[in-house]
Parts: sequence; structure tokens; C-alpha cells
Amino acid sequence: MTQALSLLQAALVFGTVILFGALGEILTEKSGNLNLGVPGIMYLGGIAGLAGAFWYESAAASPNALLGLLIALACSVAAATLGGLIYSFLTITLRANQNVTGLTLTIFGSGVANLFGGDMNKMAGGVGQISVATTSGAFRDTLPFLNGVGVLSGLGFMVYFAIILAIIASYFLNRTRKGLNLRAVGENPATADAGGVSVTRYKYLATCVGAAVSGLGGLYYVMDYIKGTWANDGGIANLGWLAVALVIFARWKPLQAIWGSYLFGALFWLYFYIPGLTRSSQELFKMLPYIVTIIVLIVVSMRKKRENQPPASLGLPYFREER
Amino acid sequence: MEGSVPAIRMRDITKTFGPTVANDRVKLDIYRGEILALLGENGSGKTTLMNMLSGIYFPDAGQIFVEDKEVSIRSPKDAYDLGIGMIHQHFKLVDVLTAAENIILGMTGKGRLDMKAVDDKIREICSLYGFDVDPKQKIYDMSVSQKQTVEIVKVLYRGAEILILDEPTAVLTPQETDKLFSVLRNMRNDGKAIVIITHKLHEVEEISDRVVVLRRGQNVGDVPTKETNAAEMTNMMVGRSVSLNINRPEPKNQKPRLVVENLTVKDIDGVTKLSDVSFTANSGEILGIAGISGCGQRELLEAIAGLQCVESGSVAYINPETEAKIELIGKDPCAISSMGVALSFVPEDRLGMGLVGNMDLTDNMMLRSYRCGNSPFADRKSPNSLAKRVVCELEVNTPGVSTPVRKLSGGNVQKVLVGREISSAPSVLMTAYAVRGLDINSSYTIYDLINRQKEQGVAVIFVGEDLDVLLELCDRILVLCGGKVSGIVDGRSADKRDVGMMMTKLGGEAGK
Repeated sequence: MTQALSLLQAALVFGTVILFGALGEILTEKSGNLNLGVPGIMYLGGIAGLAGAFWYESAAASPNALLGLLIALACSVAAATLGGLIYSFLTITLRANQNVTGLTLTIFGSGVANLFGGDMNKMAGGVGQISVATTSGAFRDTLPFLNGVGVLSGLGFMVYFAIILAIIASYFLNRTRKGLNLRAVGENPATADAGGVSVTRYKYLATCVGAAVSGLGGLYYVMDYIKGTWANDGGIANLGWLAVALVIFARWKPLQAIWGSYLFGALFWLYFYIPGLTRSSQELFKMLPYIVTIIVLIVVSMRKKRENQPPASLGLPYFREER
Repeated sequence: MEGSVPAIRMRDITKTFGPTVANDRVKLDIYRGEILALLGENGSGKTTLMNMLSGIYFPDAGQIFVEDKEVSIRSPKDAYDLGIGMIHQHFKLVDVLTAAENIILGMTGKGRLDMKAVDDKIREICSLYGFDVDPKQKIYDMSVSQKQTVEIVKVLYRGAEILILDEPTAVLTPQETDKLFSVLRNMRNDGKAIVIITHKLHEVEEISDRVVVLRRGQNVGDVPTKETNAAEMTNMMVGRSVSLNINRPEPKNQKPRLVVENLTVKDIDGVTKLSDVSFTANSGEILGIAGISGCGQRELLEAIAGLQCVESGSVAYINPETEAKIELIGKDPCAISSMGVALSFVPEDRLGMGLVGNMDLTDNMMLRSYRCGNSPFADRKSPNSLAKRVVCELEVNTPGVSTPVRKLSGGNVQKVLVGREISSAPSVLMTAYAVRGLDINSSYTIYDLINRQKEQGVAVIFVGEDLDVLLELCDRILVLCGGKVSGIVDGRSADKRDVGMMMTKLGGEAGK
């Protein structure tokens, strides 16, 4: 029983990281931009938030938890948005290939993050010595009214923030005028353009806001899961790719991404709770989220519902005067 | 219309694309309560000119006045704000959205969507002009004519006073065209200004009040429709006299060449596309195939060419020399041609299946010939001279044979494709929509080419969409309706209305 509860809790924590990443990517892909730079952007968001908090806590005599939290959030969002901006400028303005740009951004993001992470480790006096206890504590605090409520106690506010963001994103896409315009941009930019929608603006905004949301996943991973330290073990990249898979799993629907992310989180950790696994058979279990994604792809293709397909112009550049 | 203020005045409009001048100092006036036909050959700059009114392109030079005020139309949104709405030839609709969602796409207003109010307003517009649109229907569930209606409602919803329609009838049946024209007349009588871009002269005569002719990007004529006639308009378009009658030589020496029996084809989803189709195509004859688009024309041609799996039935080819019957079903396209069976195929999707857009003319010619010869290196000389010959004979408007095909205008792409197919000297020539999007002059070039093939004893199967052309060109016409043969009629005696009925209903109207 405790095992199941602990798996559930791990699933919620990991699911939240994936959910942030996937929500950002859904917004981005709805504008027709296939940003494979999600892992890189999550890295950027994570390291920038950590660096901001580290800088604040080493400068202030008695760090304020709320201020540290806000600084971490602001730095994370700014860095991730910058990543989205690089991607947007290359693919939208310069019309570079989206796949290549995205993959490059992933490599760039992880490189930058591990470089600065290593530097911070050195400045702090060794691996695992970075201490942003106050800020990290603020991220990990259980909401006051949920203290001791079973599995929910021990979960920080970001878990609920992700769910709220998913609900907002779903409402935005399906019930608002701007959401309709955004969907049209991703499906058929020429049509949206002829209808008076500024395709470039929507693509830029969706990609940058999407990157900011994805970046929060990296921040949550750093502040909550590894408790405000830095490890260049590729953990963020793993979750980033899972986020990309989750977008497909959720069929580009934010609400489906909520339960999907927890399922992915649970599948990710399942090997830990199954007794008698060797190191190699563990790896088989780690494949589960991807296998589930493949199964979903197969089922979706067999059902052939147009609404379950990716945005029609996903991955394609748009140029109005193209003949 | 003399004396009244034009809704739009365009003055000295010039637009160039690289070295090509699309519009050269064009002057155009558009009046309210008038239907203006904009006539011209392919590449004469009609669509480009109108795209500058709808904000898709921006003119290099010149002025546009709306209601006597000079305006700068930088985006489609600017155009809508000025009351200008354009219905493009290729519909600008998002397939996975509903009619209502497409109609309000891009409009400003309250952030939260109130679809009920939108639906109500759409129904109001529909009842005003006599449209039939279900606001909740998804676009991918709609027929071509329904999609067009959504496009028209879309611009009316935005309060457009000036409507531009780019070749609206190209995809409609005669009955649907009549319906469209009556709606256009309603709108004209309501005081709206309407511009219709077309190549079909009889439509110009039927619907328009005034006609403006463009040739090579210049305005070469502006006359009331009543004071002109088809021959004069053609002369203006082409710049010289052209005979308007399609030549139809009597078929000579007819022999069965292709015998299709009980052909049934299902698509990948198991939907029946062709059911029990039987006919014989004779040498020295043009067999027309009529039908609403998507009624199995494509599947029929593809099944004969070996590109489509066949459920049941047979396609027998009769060798002209030995008179031996050869079954084509079950053979792949390569085997079919290597047996000496020559099937030339002009697919309806020009750039999708016929030609490779990013390759130049020579390379596209090579797609047919690269297997020839024993050398490990491909022969580029003969395709190159073939490309030059096609460019010269069919008057393809291109900077050279090394230009990527996608940069040519639709009509020129079509000429390249038809030219290549005919060059292989086939004994059965199948064409689908060979003149789609082509202007009069190029269409006649194509008809001549096809007639020449017929006189040489080729069995021609001509899938067309313009009934007038089918009735003038073809010796016999097979009418398809929902994948079934609705009837085979004689091209010389058939009546257009009857064929139109057969297209929508098996066997035409009951009892007729």
C-alpha cells in the first residue's frame, strides 16, 4: 500500500515536469511550429531559475522565501522565452528547417545549462554543494490546507499550477477568439492570413509563451525533485523527450495531457517498484511510456478521426508570397 | 454606370515577381450594383491584380482609391476593413473547423466566443440571399459547392460590399452554377459590387454587366458586355483572331482498343469508388468522362494505368498490330509499358503526381525516359531537346528549360505535362482535367493536340469538368455518378441539361 502511494506520488511529481513541457509544446505546435527544442528549453528554464535563486541567496543575508521564489520563476521564464525566441526567429523569420533548429536548440540548451551548472557547483565548493534551501523549500512546501492529506501532502504548489495552466490552455484554445485563430494558424496559415490573422505574430507569441511554460518544467525538476542542486545526468532531457511524446499521446489536447502526464510519470518509475529487476531489465520498463505512445499512435491512426490528427501545417514554414 | 462614383479605382498598378511583370500600369474601375467580369489568359495578371485588392500582395507602384479616398491595403485585414472580400480559387478554409468557426476566423470582437450568436447571424445572411449552410458542419464533410458557399458567406459576414470571385464556376456542375449566378444577381441588386474572374466566355455573357480584358498584365479593353461578343473578347484576350469552334473530326477506322468490364474498385478504407463499370474505348475516338469531381474518375484512370488495386473486373488492351487481347489488371505500370502497351496518363493533380515541382523542365521530361538505354549514366540530351520542343510548340511561358516547374503558372505547368505525355506516342491516351485552369488559347492548343492524337488512331479518354467542352470535343461521353456508369451518350446529340442530370442522379431524371 505504501509502495503504491509512493509510486503515485512519484508519478505526480514527474508527471508535473512532463505536463509543463507538454503544455508548452501543445501551444507551440498549435501554431504549426514543431519545436523539438523542448528538452533544451527545459534545461534553460531550470538552470536560469537555479542561477537566479543561487545568486539571490548568496547575496542576501537572510533570504526571503517568496522573493527567492519569484526571482527563480522570473529568471526561468525569461531564459526559456529567450530559447523560444531563438527558435522563432530562425524558423519563422528566417524560415529555417524546424526539425534541425529544434534539435540544435536541445543540444545548445543542455550544453549551456551543464556549463553553468558545473560552474555553480565549483563556486559552491563541489557537486551537490549548491544551496538554495530557502527558495527550494518554498517550491517544495505543501499547501497549508493540504498538510497531511495522504498523497497530496509533500507536493508543492507547482503541481496544482500545472493543472490550472492546462485547464486555462484548453479553455483558451477551444472557447476564445484568439484560440480559434491560433488553431487556424497551425492548420492552414494561408487561410488564417487571408482571414486577417497575423500569422507571424501568432507563431512568435505561441512559441515564446509555449517555451516559457515548458521552461517551468525544468525549474520544477531542479527546485523540487533534485532539491535545488545541479546534476548533469541528463534527467531533464529524458523528461523533455517524454513531454514531446506526451503531446502526441494527448492528441494536442491540454486536458488529456493532465492524466497522460501522470500515467507517463508512473510508467517512468514503475521499474523501481517491481522487485527483482536487473539493471538491463530495468531499461525495458523505462521504455513503457514510449510504447504506450506508439500504441496510442496506432489506435488513433486506425480510428482516422480528423480531430485527432496533428495540426495540418505542423513543421512547415509559411511565406505569404510563395508561388 | 457613367457618372456614378466608382467603389474602387485602381490607377497605374504595377506588380513584378522577379523578372516577370504580372501587372503593368493597370487602370480599373469597379462600380456598385454591377457585375464586372475580369477576363484574360493564364498569367495575364487577373488574379495578381485582385490579390492586391484583397491584401495578399502589395503593389510595387500605383494607387488604389476606395470611395475616392486613397488607401494602402497591406493585409487581408485591411481589405476586410475597407469592405473588400475575395473568394479564392483554392478555398481558404480550415478543414477541421466548422463552417461557423471558419466564417468568424480572424475577426475582432469579444475575446470569448459566442457561437450561438454567430450561428444566428449566419442563418440570417443565408435566408437573405438564398444560401444553404449548416454552421455546425465541419468543412471536411462538405462538397465543393458547399465550401464555396461558406466562402461567400464568410465575406458577407464581414460586411463586404465588394466581392471578388476567382474562377468560381471551375468546380461546379451546371445546376450549381445556375444557383451561384442567381445569388450573385441578388447581391448585385442589393447594391454590392461584384468582380468575377473567369475564362469562360459564355459565363461572361450570361452574368456580367461589364467586361475588362487583361493581356500580359495590361488592361486592353473595358466594354459593357452588351456591346461585345465572344469573338471580340477572345481577340482582345489573345491579341489576334482565334477560331472559337473546337474542331471535331469524324472518327475514322474505329476498333476496340481498351475493353473495361465490370470494374469495381475500393479505396484503402474499403469505400467503393467504382462499381461495375463497363465500357469500350475505340481507336480514333475521344471518349469523354463526365461527372461531379470525386465520382471515381481518378480511380478509373488509375485502375487502367495500374496504379490502383482492383477489387474485381477486367481491363483488356487490344494490341493494334496483332489484335491480341492483353489483360492489364494485376500488372504494375512498368510492366504495362514494357509489354508494348502505351498508356499515357495526365493525372489531375498536376504537381502531385505528374511533375516534380522542384525539378526543372528537362528533369521532368527525364522522368519518362531515364530507364532507356544501357549506359549507367542517364541521357540528358534527348529530354533536353524534348523540353525545348515542348516549350516551343506549346508556347510555354518560361524563362528557360532549366527553371523549376513549380515556378511556372498553372497553365504552363499543364502544357509541360501534356506535352511530355503526348511525346511518347501512345496508343491509348488518358487525360484528366487537361485544361483545368488553362486560358482559351492554351486550351485550344491542348484540344488540337488531343485531336491530332485521335486522327493518328489513338484511343483518347478525356476526363473533363466543363460540360460545354466535353460536348464539343468528345465523340462519346460516359457519365459517372457516384462510381457507377450513369449512361454513355453521343457527344454530337447529347443535351447539356440531360448530362447534368445524369451526373447528379443515376440514369438522369426518372422517366426522361
